[in-house]
Amino acid sequence: MTNHVKYRIGKSAAFKGLTIVLAFACVVPLIFILIYIIQAGITKINWHFLTNLPKPVGETGGGIANALVGSMIIILVASVIAIPFGILCGIYLSENRKSRLAYWSRLCVDILQGVPSIVIGIVAYFWLVKPLGTFSALSGSIALAIMMLPIIIRSTEETLKLLPDSLREAGFALGLPFHRVVLKVILPCGVSGILSGVMLSVARIAGETAPLLFTAFGNPYLSCNILKPMQSLPLLIFNYATSPYNDWHDLAWGASCILLIWVLALNIFTKVMTRKWKVQL
Amino acid sequence: MEAQKDTNLATRPEETSGRVVSIKKQGTVSNTKRIDRSFRQIRAENVFRRTLVIVALSMVVLVLGIMLTLIWQSTLSIRSSGVGYLWGKVWDPVRDIYGAYPYILGTLLTSFLALVISIPFSFAVGVFLGEYYPKGWMSDLLKNTVELIAAVPSVIYGFWALAVLVPIVRDFETKIGVEPVGLGIFSSSLILAVMVIPYAASLGRSMIQMVPANLKEAAYSLGATRWEVIRFVIFPYTRSGLFAGILLSLGRALGETMAVTMVIGNTSLIPKNIFSPGNTMASVIANEFTEADHPVYLSALIELGLVLFLVTVVINMIGKKMISRFTND
Repeated sequence: MTNHVKYRIGKSAAFKGLTIVLAFACVVPLIFILIYIIQAGITKINWHFLTNLPKPVGETGGGIANALVGSMIIILVASVIAIPFGILCGIYLSENRKSRLAYWSRLCVDILQGVPSIVIGIVAYFWLVKPLGTFSALSGSIALAIMMLPIIIRSTEETLKLLPDSLREAGFALGLPFHRVVLKVILPCGVSGILSGVMLSVARIAGETAPLLFTAFGNPYLSCNILKPMQSLPLLIFNYATSPYNDWHDLAWGASCILLIWVLALNIFTKVMTRKWKVQL
Repeated sequence: MEAQKDTNLATRPEETSGRVVSIKKQGTVSNTKRIDRSFRQIRAENVFRRTLVIVALSMVVLVLGIMLTLIWQSTLSIRSSGVGYLWGKVWDPVRDIYGAYPYILGTLLTSFLALVISIPFSFAVGVFLGEYYPKGWMSDLLKNTVELIAAVPSVIYGFWALAVLVPIVRDFETKIGVEPVGLGIFSSSLILAVMVIPYAASLGRSMIQMVPANLKEAAYSLGATRWEVIRFVIFPYTRSGLFAGILLSLGRALGETMAVTMVIGNTSLIPKNIFSPGNTMASVIANEFTEADHPVYLSALIELGLVLFLVTVVINMIGKKMISRFTND
C-alpha cells in the first residue's frame, strides 16, 4: 500500500471516530442535567411537599400543591379543547387531500407549528385576558390548546393517510353514511397513531411556560376557578428560580424534578406505545 | 337520492310477491321508518361534512387572526416609530423612545452562535444514525436520547443553566480576562445550542438515509473510502435537506424564550461582545409585557412579537419548502 492510500484510510477512520465522539457528546449535557436536577430535587419531594402551599419568604418548608393542581386543570382544559378540534381537522385533511381549503389549512398548520410560544401568549392575552378583564387559567389553556393543535392534526392526518382505501370503500359499499365510515371504521383503525400524537402534544405543552406568563399568570394560593389566575408547575419554577431566595430555589428544584419526571415519562411512554403499535410519527 | 334508492329496494320484494293488504300496510310502516332513518343519516352526514369544513376553515381563520391581532395591536407603535423602529438604538420606555436594534442584534447573536456551536454535533448525530449505524441498539439508544433533549422543558434548561452553566462561564470569563458576569449572550447560546441539536439531527438523519444506495456503491467501487463517500456523495446529495434542517433549528432558536430569558442578563444596552449581557426579542416580551404601563410601550412590545412572528414564519416556510422539494425529487 502506498502512503497516500494509508493516509486516506486513516483520514476515513479519524472522521468516523470524530463522528462517534461528537454524536455521543450531545448526550452528555442531557445526562448532566438529568442527574443534577434529580439530585437537587428528589430530596425535597415528600408528602408534605406535594400537599402544601408554598410558604412566604423566610419560612422553610411549604409545598407546591397549588401548582400541581393548576397544571393538571390547565392541561386538562387545553386537551378538552384541542383534541376534538385537532382530530376533526386531521380527518378533513386526510379525506380531502387535494382541495384548495386543505392546501391552505395545511399551510396554516405548518405556520402554527413554527410560531414562537411567547407570541401565542400575547395573542391569547388580547383574545381573552383583556376582554375578560383578568388573567385566567382558561386563557392559558387556550394558548396551550393552540400549541397542541398542529401536533395532533399532523399525527392524525399522517396516520389516516396510511390506512388503505379499501377500508373506506368497504364501508361505503355496505351503505354506511360518510360520518359512520369515518367514526366507526377509519378512526378505530387509526386510534393508536392519533393517541400517540395526543400524548406527544400533552408532553410538549406540560412544560411550556412562555404562553402562560401573561395568561394564567400564577397564583400563590390554591385555586380551582378557571376564570381566575392559576399557578402551574413551569410558572412556579420560573418565578421561584429567578427569585433571590434560597427557600424558593429549593421549592423550584423539587418542582423541576417533578416536571422533568412527568414530561420524560410521558415521552417514553409514547415511544414505547408507538413501537408496540408500530406507528410511524 | 340515496333515500329514493333505499325505498325502491325496500318496496320491490312486496310488489313482486303480491301479498294481502295487511302485510302491505306493515311494509309501508317499516318503509316510512326506513326513509326516516335514511333522511336522518343523510342529514347527519351533511352536518358532519360541514363540521369538517368549518374546522378546517377555522385553522385558517386562527392563523390569520393571530397575524391580524399582532398587526392591529402594534399599529400604535408602527405609527409613532415608523420603520426606524428596527434600527433605533435606544429602548427607553420612560422617555417613550423605542428602538429594537439591541434586541434584534441580541437575538441574531444568540441564535447564530447557538447554531454554529450545535451544527457539528447535530451533523455528527445525523451521519452516525443515517450512515454509520442505521440499525442496532446503540443507534436506537442515541436516537431516543437525542429526541429526549427536545422533550425537556425549556424552563428546566434555564434553571439548570442558571445554577450550573453560569458559574462555569463566569470562571471561564475570569480566565480569559473579560468582565466576569456569567449571565450573557455566550451562556444563552450554549444552552440554546443544546436545545436545538435534535431538530437538525433528526432531519439530517432522515435525509442521509434517503441517499440512493447505488450512488454510494458506485463511489465505493471506484475505491473511495467511507469518508470520501460521505464528503463527495452524501453531503452534496443532501445539501438542501441539511440546510433545511439548519433553518428549522434557527427558527426554534429565534423563538426560544424561557431558557434565554433566565440566563441572558436582561439589559437594553447594545451588546459589546459575545460575553456581555443583552436581551433577545422574546426575552424582552417575557420580561416587560406585564409591566408595560402605557399603550405605546405595550404596542412596541407587540411589534417585537410581530417581527418575531414574521421572521419565524418565513424561515419555517423556506425550510418546509426545501424539505418537500427534496423528498419529492
